[in-house]
Amino acid sequence: MSQATNNKIFSNLWMVVVYLFLYLPILTLVVYSFNDSKLISTWTHASLRWYEALIKDDDLISAVLLSLKIAGISALMSVFFGTFTAFALNRYKRFKGRTLLSSMASMPLVMPDVIVGLSLLLMIISVQHWLGFPDKGLFTILLGHALLGTAYATVVVTSRLREMDGRLDEAAMDLGCKPWQVFHLVTFPLLLPALVSAFLLTFTLSFDDVVLSSFLSGPGYSTMPMVIFSRARLGLNPTINAVATVTIVVVTCAVIASSFYTSHQARKRKREEAQAYSDSNK
Amino acid sequence: MATKQGFFSRLFDGKHAVISIPYFWFIMLAAIPILIILKISLSEMQGTSVSNMIDWSNGWPKLTLNFSSYQFIFSDSLYLKTYLSSIQYALLTTLICLVIGYPFAYFMARSPKHLQPMLLMLIMLPFWTSFLLRIYAWKTLLENNGIINNALMSLGVIDTPIAMMNTSFSLMVGMVYSYLPFMILPLYANLSKLDIRYLEAAADLGTSPFKAFWLITVPLSKAGIIAGSMLVFIPTIGEYVIPELLGGSSTLMIGRVLWNEFFSNNDWPMASAVAVVMILLILVPMAIYNKSQAEAEAK
Repeated sequence: MSQATNNKIFSNLWMVVVYLFLYLPILTLVVYSFNDSKLISTWTHASLRWYEALIKDDDLISAVLLSLKIAGISALMSVFFGTFTAFALNRYKRFKGRTLLSSMASMPLVMPDVIVGLSLLLMIISVQHWLGFPDKGLFTILLGHALLGTAYATVVVTSRLREMDGRLDEAAMDLGCKPWQVFHLVTFPLLLPALVSAFLLTFTLSFDDVVLSSFLSGPGYSTMPMVIFSRARLGLNPTINAVATVTIVVVTCAVIASSFYTSHQARKRKREEAQAYSDSNK
Repeated sequence: MATKQGFFSRLFDGKHAVISIPYFWFIMLAAIPILIILKISLSEMQGTSVSNMIDWSNGWPKLTLNFSSYQFIFSDSLYLKTYLSSIQYALLTTLICLVIGYPFAYFMARSPKHLQPMLLMLIMLPFWTSFLLRIYAWKTLLENNGIINNALMSLGVIDTPIAMMNTSFSLMVGMVYSYLPFMILPLYANLSKLDIRYLEAAADLGTSPFKAFWLITVPLSKAGIIAGSMLVFIPTIGEYVIPELLGGSSTLMIGRVLWNEFFSNNDWPMASAVAVVMILLILVPMAIYNKSQAEAEAK
């Protein structure tokens, strides 16, 4: 066999093994969620037993609903503050304290979760001593998730702002648009895909977070990851596999749908651009 | 009056509003909290609350700094050992991710152009499924009566289960698994831009492919190697969930120490001091990362 084919076989094998490593745990979760046995590792026969248990599991269901609510609201907050941060850092290159803002905005990305959680909690307790609110609960979890999410949303929106053609804004202003009209008619539509992906990313981050929530939650507020984490600490529990499979199916469908949507939008924009060119050449 | 009006119109013009909103947000939630843990790390517990650093009882402020938490960290060998072992685990994770991830990113960058978006998508897809659930899945794989042991026993390779869970092995598997994509993505971004003509020139001049790889490809991908390594090293130092679920009680990680100081011992100054030392540890790799990013951007 030639050296080149040997290399090809080696490189393909390497890639296949790494992909197997990445997907093996996910496959296990899905396959064993249909296992009838209570012992997680011995396969008896296929059944939907754990899905039935999941539907009846009120603790887990209410935790899922709470997590969805927190993820939705905190993702909106993250996109809002992240967009402002990205604009401040990219549209105004020089202002006092720009370095401070950019390092504060990247702090939640590099600090371990335990430090972000601890420092936020101690801050909230100090404020509570001083003003009498806020109590630990929904609001404090939202603050934590929105802080983390803002940092990520800033990165996503920044990369889109850098690609965008600033001359379009200038053209709109030259044509007599007021600043809010420029934003509404030009900047916002161009930015929208980035805002959508920032929303999806920060939603997922919030829906997945266990450390910040554990620090910031109060009695009666257990998110889905907190419930799963406390059960996983105690040992193996087949209901977790069922939850995992449901989330994997939902997420995969959402990712596929959103990638279809983006490619559809890109094609539509190309068509419109081509149309505009042919109209202007008439 | 004129200056006042000027002040208000400046405050409400677009630029200042756009800058002040994120400023307020991050000062409240990022800067002040870090100052508060710094402050609490320099006080001590009095019953269930923290001692006051500034005493006003004599009519003027009297500042008391209490370094007992820091003294404890640096005198008790368990804390030092835990910091050292966190650094060791983080370094080992980074090294293994580099050894697995570099060839992978290299092969990916060399694979047919039309396949590359799909290969990239397959690396990112696990990100979208819960990190916690994927770590939990390793528990079902690695337990004594877990899937891997069962498979090996039914194949007759082993008679008794291999103890893999709650060891440094299971911890490393979990960390490498979780952070491998963070190594692959910047390396791939870097290697896919590599100009193939350098390698052709080297081959024309009689350099062997192996030598060309070490003399050309690796030095040119330095920025990717640094970025990937820091993206793995920084978060693994303070990791809490993976050691808690996969590491067992024998593996020492500083994130868990902080958690236990706060939740089990209720010792806020100690937890804060542990956090402050951890931040100081992270500053060094962060500075390296920022420098390499700035250099890459300047190019």
